Amino acid sequence: MKHALTLRVGPAVFRVGSPWASPLDALARLYSGYPDASDEPADFTVRLRPLKPWRRHVRPSIFITGDHSLADAAPMALAHGLLAAEMGMNLQMALGWRRHLLLHAATVEKDGRALILSGESGSGKSTLAALLGERGWRLMGDEFALVDLAGGGLWPFPRLVSLKNAAIEAVRGVAGEGRLGPLMAATAKGDIRHLIPRPEHVAAMDRPAPPTLILFPRFGAEDSAARPVDPAECFVRLTQASTNYVALGEAGFRALTGLVSSVPAVAIDYASGAEGIAMVEALWDEAR
Amino acid sequence: MSAVLLVSLLRDPSGAERLSGAEWTALIAAARAERLIGALAHRLAGMVVPPRVALILADARFDAETERRGALWEADRASAALAGLDVPVVLLKGTAYVAAGLSAGVGRSIGDLDILVPRGSLDAVEAAILAAGWEWVKPDPYDDAYYRRWMHELPPLIHRERDRMIDVHHSILPLTARRRPDVAAMLADAVTLEDGLAVLCPEDMLCHAAAHMLADGALEGGLRNLWDMHCLLGDYGEQPDWWAALEARGQRHGLGDVVARAARLTHHLYGTAVPERWRGLTLADRLFIARLLSRDGWGQERRWLLGQAFYIRSHLLRMPPTMLARHLWTKWRKGYRPVG
Repeated sequence: MKHALTLRVGPAVFRVGSPWASPLDALARLYSGYPDASDEPADFTVRLRPLKPWRRHVRPSIFITGDHSLADAAPMALAHGLLAAEMGMNLQMALGWRRHLLLHAATVEKDGRALILSGESGSGKSTLAALLGERGWRLMGDEFALVDLAGGGLWPFPRLVSLKNAAIEAVRGVAGEGRLGPLMAATAKGDIRHLIPRPEHVAAMDRPAPPTLILFPRFGAEDSAARPVDPAECFVRLTQASTNYVALGEAGFRALTGLVSSVPAVAIDYASGAEGIAMVEALWDEAR
Repeated sequence: MSAVLLVSLLRDPSGAERLSGAEWTALIAAARAERLIGALAHRLAGMVVPPRVALILADARFDAETERRGALWEADRASAALAGLDVPVVLLKGTAYVAAGLSAGVGRSIGDLDILVPRGSLDAVEAAILAAGWEWVKPDPYDDAYYRRWMHELPPLIHRERDRMIDVHHSILPLTARRRPDVAAMLADAVTLEDGLAVLCPEDMLCHAAAHMLADGALEGGLRNLWDMHCLLGDYGEQPDWWAALEARGQRHGLGDVVARAARLTHHLYGTAVPERWRGLTLADRLFIARLLSRDGWGQERRWLLGQAFYIRSHLLRMPPTMLARHLWTKWRKGYRPVG
């Protein structure tokens, strides 16, 4: 691979390689505030390779692969190379990570305690986490919640926050332009820009926190509503939100039953970012 | 090529003490791509390695144990599905190694369940497997007809609840291949284990592994197949008369030259103790070795032209040229393209 970068996010080290310079340059710029991991053995290798040998130059098209890969992954335009690198790293975590139970969720921390926001793509969890991160909460991650298999604590995984469509403006309004990455227009998920987490949140990426509340946000509802979620439903929802629950076997079952039996959960519907923030903070004050 | 580093550490783990961070990364990528990370992790157990590497290797051992358990469960389910038939069910490849407790099963990655049954019982076995919840995965009628007429196995089936694949073999090489192993003898001499499952006798296990690697396919995963054989030869090589029995068995199956090449390659790459007559390398062996060692430190296959040559060879091994031409024409019209 002509161009390569090794970087660490929380407990995981990634080596990303590509025959093209541009995805790696963008990655290096946005991750410049992260710890230097160039001498570390990497947990995962990500390869951004041309779909076919000649597609390196003619209508360049990226195929995301690496230690772990999906045969039917959709190819991506070179202009979206930064997104491809991020997706490649997420793919390795989703399929290969075994040291924590992985939940598809955003996590934030306040006063040493953590909040889990679990939802599908489009639920608004990344946006809520990014906005909370700009108003006194510590952003721990917007993609994966890492649940300790022994102690049940949450470990940070503060990679770049992926902001889509209207969320870009909403976050830019409070975080400013300086920490935003380039605009990637018309990707499969719409327009995307990445937000670099605040430096103090990156610096705290090795500090875990115990989970205190689980929320299942849903953006775009007509009326706002909050409904308690009992442990059984929470368990089922989180098995569906986990990428490695099955692979972990008994350890995953223990971690997840431990989590849902000790931490309250609420499903919230909200119509706007401001309303979502207000609901999250009200529920948080109740839960403490 | 990092495949060289992988092979040298499987052969002698003490070299691990001198690796840099970048070398570890390259080694791990190559080992994962060759599906040898579990075997490597067991080989390096107890060695002093960097803390992060220790975690990666522990994860690999954990995954291998999960695969071992899953493979044995699939074998159990298949034997339950076929229990009423009074048909011998012989486990093949990875599942057989772990069921028999052989060193080739230590850390081995296991995907599908492979079983061997008598050809005459195939219809009954197929009906029982379908009744127990396995379903076809190749809906294409040409593929289905091709498998049934020419292949050594039924079209692949996947269990609808457990999402695991089973390959039901009635021979170990395609019926169109030049070589015709004596499958009746393999079934007759199979060894029944304590729990009722059966595996091939040791000589046949080796013949099958060698045939699978060298007389079928394009050497994909060849380093792993060769590691299996290295381990089998280590488990059985000390037994009296082993080598003469192996040679005789290979000849009986029409696989004498294939077994000999396998022995030469294991000796050359993994340092396996083999008889003197199997210690030299032929010119063609060197091409096999170049192909086997073509994985780089990013886990990618290099030596594209050599790979293509082995790909063409795999088809010529599998069927006569006129039949190959007809097959490729049919597949081409259906939009299938070999490699990109």
